[in-house]
Amino acid sequence: MNRRESEIRYKLRKRTASERTLDNGFKNFSLGMASIVAILLFSILIVIFRGSIESIAKYGLSFLITSDWNPVDDAYGAFTAIYGTLITSIVALLIAVPLGVGTAIFITENIIPKNIRSILSVMVELLAAIPSVVLGLWAIFIMEPFLRPFLISINSFLGWLPIFNTTPVGPGVAPAIIILAIMILPIITSISRDSLNQVPNKLREGAYAIGASRWPTIFNIILPAAISGIAGGVLLALGRAMGETMAVTMIIGNSNNFSWSIFAPGNTIAAMLANQFGEADGNQVSSLMYAALILMILTLVVNVFAQLIVKRLRLKY
Amino acid sequence: MDNKYKQIIGDVPTPDLTYKPSLARNISDRFLTLTSLVFALIAILPLILILSYVLVKGISQLNLDLFLSLPEPPGDDMDNAGGIGNAIQGTLIVTTIASLIAIPIGVGGGIFLAEYSKGDSFSQFIRFGTNVLSGVPSIITGVFIYGVIVSTKIIFGSNFSAIAGGMALSILMLPTIIKTTDEGLKLVSDDLRTGALGVGASKFVTITRITLPNAFTPIATGVVLAIARAAGETAPLIFTALFSFYWSSSIDSALNPIASLSVLIYNFALEPYEAQNQLAWAASFVLVAMILFINLLTRILGNLADSKTGQSNRK
Amino acid sequence: MNHTKNNSIINSPCISLENVTISYKNSPAVRNIYCEMPRGKVTAFIGPSGCGKSTVLRSINRMNDLIDGCSLTGRVLFEGVDLYAPEVDPVEVRRRIGMVFQQPNPFPKSVYENIAFGARINGYTGDMDELVEMSLKKAALWDECKDKLKESGCSLSGGQQQRLCIARTIAIEPEVILMDEPCSALDPISTLKIEETMHDLKKSYTIIIVTHNMQQAVRVSDMTAFYNAEKQSGGSGKLGYLVEYNETSKIFNSPSQKATQDYISGRFG
Ligand SMILES: Nc1ncnc2c1ncn2[C@@H]1O[C@H](COP(=O)(O)OP(=O)(O)O)[C@@H](O)[C@H]1O
Ligand SMILES: [Mg+2]
Repeated sequence: MNRRESEIRYKLRKRTASERTLDNGFKNFSLGMASIVAILLFSILIVIFRGSIESIAKYGLSFLITSDWNPVDDAYGAFTAIYGTLITSIVALLIAVPLGVGTAIFITENIIPKNIRSILSVMVELLAAIPSVVLGLWAIFIMEPFLRPFLISINSFLGWLPIFNTTPVGPGVAPAIIILAIMILPIITSISRDSLNQVPNKLREGAYAIGASRWPTIFNIILPAAISGIAGGVLLALGRAMGETMAVTMIIGNSNNFSWSIFAPGNTIAAMLANQFGEADGNQVSSLMYAALILMILTLVVNVFAQLIVKRLRLKY
Repeated sequence: MDNKYKQIIGDVPTPDLTYKPSLARNISDRFLTLTSLVFALIAILPLILILSYVLVKGISQLNLDLFLSLPEPPGDDMDNAGGIGNAIQGTLIVTTIASLIAIPIGVGGGIFLAEYSKGDSFSQFIRFGTNVLSGVPSIITGVFIYGVIVSTKIIFGSNFSAIAGGMALSILMLPTIIKTTDEGLKLVSDDLRTGALGVGASKFVTITRITLPNAFTPIATGVVLAIARAAGETAPLIFTALFSFYWSSSIDSALNPIASLSVLIYNFALEPYEAQNQLAWAASFVLVAMILFINLLTRILGNLADSKTGQSNRK
Repeated sequence: MNHTKNNSIINSPCISLENVTISYKNSPAVRNIYCEMPRGKVTAFIGPSGCGKSTVLRSINRMNDLIDGCSLTGRVLFEGVDLYAPEVDPVEVRRRIGMVFQQPNPFPKSVYENIAFGARINGYTGDMDELVEMSLKKAALWDECKDKLKESGCSLSGGQQQRLCIARTIAIEPEVILMDEPCSALDPISTLKIEETMHDLKKSYTIIIVTHNMQQAVRVSDMTAFYNAEKQSGGSGKLGYLVEYNETSKIFNSPSQKATQDYISGRFG
């Protein structure tokens, strides 16, 4: 069959203009959709920055270190909320990291049969699927009343420490920390589990073959090999904790009076936004935007670090 | 010959290989194993506690009226807080709007990353941006949409609306959908792609006829999980979609404030009235049941599809 | 405990397998192995791939415990002690019976730490620098590595990594060293080096090595076990068994089985 004949037989051998348009159109469509991510990210930053310009101009950096929040006098400072954001998320992390990594080890080691482990694994992931507002509801009506006696006894024994020196009477920073720890536990657990699973089995075999038992192998060989993935997961969890809104808003007490004590009511940036943004006007809106900008920068920094760390992991293994 | 061995090593005493429970290493191994077991139990305890309370407190209030009637404004009637019908309807509407926005953008963007980009700096930036976007706090998306849509009344002069709420939710869904599409497409073997391109199929045909259908299960799973997640979000809605005590009865409702289960739970949990608190529990039950059902169903279907096609490379 | 030592072709064997059958998920992979490996000698396992050589080798230091669904019947005796008796601690077993794998698997730590780790785990109390140096020398790696002790074990070449794995096994001074095709991933020069290492090692250790290289078996081993596999009746997989076990010179010069003859002369599928 010569070339002429086959050109006739396959009449689309020369691509038609419409086919080519469709092909290019589709490519451009997908390119456009991908670009939306970038556009969105920049727009969010710009909108929040523009919204906060007024407040930035008026209060400057003293916004970060003063804790007035007074619509009547038009005096705003976000120190209480910034401190609340940092203390709640960091302490929650301190609680959740050992629990999450320990659980991940338990799930990835062959301590109990595999199918029970995968049920555990699914349960941890389902915890992540529970809406934060439901966790908040549970925290208000069940968890906080249950914990209060324990917190009160901590206060009576350790009340001389500034962080415990108020009597717990209801919503406050401490229950917010606990609910946050519960909320970030699934992220830490599932990312740690995935990183541990990625450690090549031959490393474990190598350690066992020279007479190492389970836990020395885990601590000396497996965890170090998985550490960058776990660290990335921990940072992601930190970012999540700093931005977590609903459950915290519902249980932290939403007080702008600064206190070092974790038994006192407090605030976080996210909780303050949830609480006040809808009804704010004037300088308050701008100040809330300023606070939102701070939150945005904090989470951005943490997330970028998390990504850099996770990327380094990929290179190593 | 026998004696030769003995000359080399000598007669070897019987080794003691028994497990010695009191050795330090065995004690610490047992202790650590027990600790990890306790940690795992603590990790699943909250799920069990939350689910059982939601079940116990919610299920007692289940009746048809709950689904068919409207919530009563707090304080009007001390004993009866009404139903959550419009909140269920609102959650469905807002989530649908969010999906209609996020799915085309997300799948389109994912296709670009997996099929068209060649690891250049633009696509690296988009991947990076997708990860960053997924870390943006949900309340920030609410603030953003408030700033762009609600306060400017840019959409037919309406401020708080179902559309605004859906847009805020769609920002949350977007990164997940892009990522699952990107990763799902990357799982498709390159042989299929080169095979199709090799017989002269255009890129468009290859993607729509070969790669997308082959990656359907993971993409669909990811999309559905993203929808389930969005359905439970509150923070992006509280000052975009706001709340409403009425049904959404006409197409105009898309431009008006709209109820949702999550905002109802938030608002009513903080009311000082017992009846409203109870309704918040009932709404939680419905919301959690919906989300867990979708979650488990997609997991099971996803696993089934995996085992059928023999792909076991997904977690 | 009163263990009677077995008296058969080898007096006072170091390791003996008595009617060993090993199964994965209830389907047997090797069956009814009887084999006694002498102390202070090198025993080679040869045979076509998939016939269960690694499976048997791993059963000798209870490495198979790490695999879900792997089970063993029969007895594996080490100096007369049944390694699968319920009171036996697999960790104790592996401290006496070390193993080197097919794929080099150095830990992602420094060369020094790769060796020190096992020694420390085993409660070594002597001078660590000395031990590291001695082990690396025995594994014929010292000259190449003495300036790289702080570098990652993973940065070495494949042959060096494998010798590092041998060195870290030597460092715990086991009584037996198991080697599963230690040279299969290596170039000829590295292979030669490792074979030289083995010659030195057999002065002080009992070695069991799996190899698919018959020249290697001839060069390094005193005893050779030839394994083969047959189609499982009814089943889908293959079932391995021990065809012939004897002094290496006998196996390669006058095998008693036709299958062995075919295999060593290369007339084998
Ligand atoms: N981890 C495992 N799980 C299930 N089956 C296995 C496993 N390892 C080996 N097998 C099976 O056992 C048989 C023997 O394998 P192996 O001992 O590796 O053979 P060889 O080392 O002689 O090549 C093979 O049929 C293989 O499929
Ligand atoms: Mg093998």
